[in-house]
Amino acid sequence: MQITLLPKRQHVELSGRHRVRDVLRRLDLLPGTVMVIRGDELVPEDEVLEADDVVEIRSVISGGT
Amino acid sequence: MTCTRCRAKAEVHLRQHRAAFCRACFVPFFQRQVERVIHRERMFALDEQILVAVSGGKDSLALWDALTTLGYRTTGLHLALGIGDYSALSTEKTTQFAQARSLPLITVTLADEGPGLAIPSVAGFTNRPACAACGMLKRHYFDTIAIERGFPVLATGHNLDDEAARLLGNVLRWQLDYLARQRPVLEATHTRFVRKVKPLLRCTEYETGVYAFFRGIDYVVDECPNSAGATQLVYKDVLNRLEAASPGTKLAFVQEFLRKGPALFQGALAPPAATCSRCGQPANGPLCAVCRLIEEVERKRERRRHDRAAADHHPRS
Repeated sequence: MQITLLPKRQHVELSGRHRVRDVLRRLDLLPGTVMVIRGDELVPEDEVLEADDVVEIRSVISGGT
Repeated sequence: MTCTRCRAKAEVHLRQHRAAFCRACFVPFFQRQVERVIHRERMFALDEQILVAVSGGKDSLALWDALTTLGYRTTGLHLALGIGDYSALSTEKTTQFAQARSLPLITVTLADEGPGLAIPSVAGFTNRPACAACGMLKRHYFDTIAIERGFPVLATGHNLDDEAARLLGNVLRWQLDYLARQRPVLEATHTRFVRKVKPLLRCTEYETGVYAFFRGIDYVVDECPNSAGATQLVYKDVLNRLEAASPGTKLAFVQEFLRKGPALFQGALAPPAATCSRCGQPANGPLCAVCRLIEEVERKRERRRHDRAAADHHPRS
């Protein structure tokens, strides 16, 4: 699967199918800090991403003061 | 996973609420959370004109969308900060949001204010961290514009994660006056201040992100270039690790502080005794902190102009 991490605009490729929870763990991302977006839908943690999926993982953490 | 409400396929799982939602059920759930906070904290009434501080990010635009959907009368206030492409994109997204929904928007370009107050130039002239200068100017202009245009209340998009991170920072340093001021509603304690409210207080960043996504809000995904390495992000990371281990920690941390804090810290509130001779806001001396900052920019800009003119007049060979 092809993954784009935002806002870093970093691209990652993973082979095979994986549960969202495992993808986040592999990328060292905490649940609740990102949205996993496939097309126009959000994919919750317990769902499986297929090998040919194109996914955007968008951070929701903001702030700087 | 199925929606807790309607049993359709869920797109969102909210561990702290032990609930999952489909898109159709999440949107009203989010709006109800916002409305409940507004009512419980008596933030404002339906007939009041609300000024909403909008940056172009997900939180403020989600707030503006929720308030207008709930029937409140709102006007957006956007400060164009002058931080390169980031600010240009923020202004563009905010303007597009307002235009698409026919909402009134006030835009203040800091580079056009006073001696020129774009954040990079203020930080450069005064040797202050950009975030410190930015925070000061935002607070100042929020009050000034609200008073000038007759708005009784200003709403900001601070969410549960912002409040939890701020609380952690205040507690780590036991900043009693900051703890006393960390409230969902900050009443106007001076004629040059307006009431400030945080209707997203119970919504996590994840929830505001999801709401913005479901509502098709085109917001700035990029973070401010000055925020890299900011302490608040370290606090948020710590809190998110605690939250992952024990869902509901952030909500309990903030909620219990808001319940028990006033009795503990109210005595630490000491309003400044003087009035700024330049802008009329409360001050600890003849000028408030922002007007001192502006005067410093004016002085140093003038000195630079003078030095350049002298160098042009007496060029080195």
